[in-house]
Amino acid sequence: MDNALLRIEHLHKAYGPHVVLEDLDLTVDRGEVVVVIGPSGCGKSTLLRCVNALEDIQGGRVLLDGESVSRQAKDVARLRQKIGMVFQSYDLFPHKTILENVLLAPMKVQKRPRAEAEAEAMELLDRVGLADRRDDYPRQLSGGQKQRVAIVRALIMHPEILLLDEITAALDPEMVHEVLQVVLGLAKSGSTMLIVTHEMAFARAIADRVVFLEGGHIVEESREPKAFFDKPATERARQFLRTFEY
Amino acid sequence: MDFEAIRSYLPLYWDALGLTVRIGWQGVALALALGVLCAVTLHLRLPVLRRLVAGYIELFRNTPLLVQLFFLYFALPKIGLRMSPAVCGVLGLGLLCGAYMAETIRSGLESIPPIQTESAQSLGMTRMQVFCHVILPQAVSRSVPGLVANVIFLLKETSVFSTVSLMDLMFTAKDLIGMYAKTMECLTLLVVFYLIMLLPVSVLGSLLERRLRHAEFGP
Repeated sequence: MDNALLRIEHLHKAYGPHVVLEDLDLTVDRGEVVVVIGPSGCGKSTLLRCVNALEDIQGGRVLLDGESVSRQAKDVARLRQKIGMVFQSYDLFPHKTILENVLLAPMKVQKRPRAEAEAEAMELLDRVGLADRRDDYPRQLSGGQKQRVAIVRALIMHPEILLLDEITAALDPEMVHEVLQVVLGLAKSGSTMLIVTHEMAFARAIADRVVFLEGGHIVEESREPKAFFDKPATERARQFLRTFEY
Repeated sequence: MDFEAIRSYLPLYWDALGLTVRIGWQGVALALALGVLCAVTLHLRLPVLRRLVAGYIELFRNTPLLVQLFFLYFALPKIGLRMSPAVCGVLGLGLLCGAYMAETIRSGLESIPPIQTESAQSLGMTRMQVFCHVILPQAVSRSVPGLVANVIFLLKETSVFSTVSLMDLMFTAKDLIGMYAKTMECLTLLVVFYLIMLLPVSVLGSLLERRLRHAEFGP
């Protein structure tokens, strides 16, 4: 049986003459955690944005569960409900309280009754240790706390896949841990995730599969993350990983 | 200063204030409605409509209210469109200030970073839901200081109403000066009455600003 949830086929993305992703193929299975690493500007974030149809693509296609995800599709909003995304800069809604941030989409998009959605929201907030901040505004929270709320805001929609775009890149080192702890918990509970990160230790701990992206191509792909991080097969990946050593 | 005269003028000034406030607020209401519609049209880049809106804004921003009033009151009747001075006043004010309101609200809309739209879209919200629940509320709260300034400006501009024989504050003062030549008394009263009309607006505006911006910017 085909276990693929996300299928990216021959994806081609360019801004004018500048090609960012070229003929890229990638599949993510149900329950699998795929981590994409690579140097800045290699197209990692663009890849995630294409999966969520936040970018127009110039060729190829993105299929979620067999359905084509594209910016032009009439039902793109419906498909996006199945794809949760968390951004580097959290991007909570500053005019709403923490609880309202979490409740907005389930109530407006999925039309769930408030009582039911709120019960789940509180349960999720409790799981990330922020239940007591429900009535605060985002400006009153630290970066790490905001990022945990952003994860909850995505989770309450019950997405089939979660896209995490460098979610710790804007955080102080001591806050990275609390956020990554939450993500590790998700991986344990079987969530499907496509993660872009610069935290190599985290990537090594969480990945079922590592993808090394450079210049819009997949240079190396490994189902043995520990082996990959200890001894990558390609020279380029070796050079890249060396930049993280001091 | 002739306080006896001032006392005898007071009822006339109160009447004039009533009329000025009535027409002024109708103009403000019209301006706000127009401003929101135009700003949304520009922001969502609605085809055709946005060109019309842009034309309207440039036309009314770049001509004085006095000229607009003269046009409505003296020129339009020549082509058979006759309106009462009060209607001309509300229309003139509303159209002029609608253009300013539109630009103020648009700048608020444009100050919201695109990632807000993207993060809302990534939750499955439609374009309209993103606009109504995420972008517009933030834009309005950011626009409040500018909108309040527009309202005060608009209410002051009512002083040109006297030229189309509306008995507003300015008209009353000029009339009384013409009859009794108590220039000092009449103009002092005029200043006092404009302050009576506008100081509460300033105070209410600050309160509203504090309330609406509380979420984003704190107390």
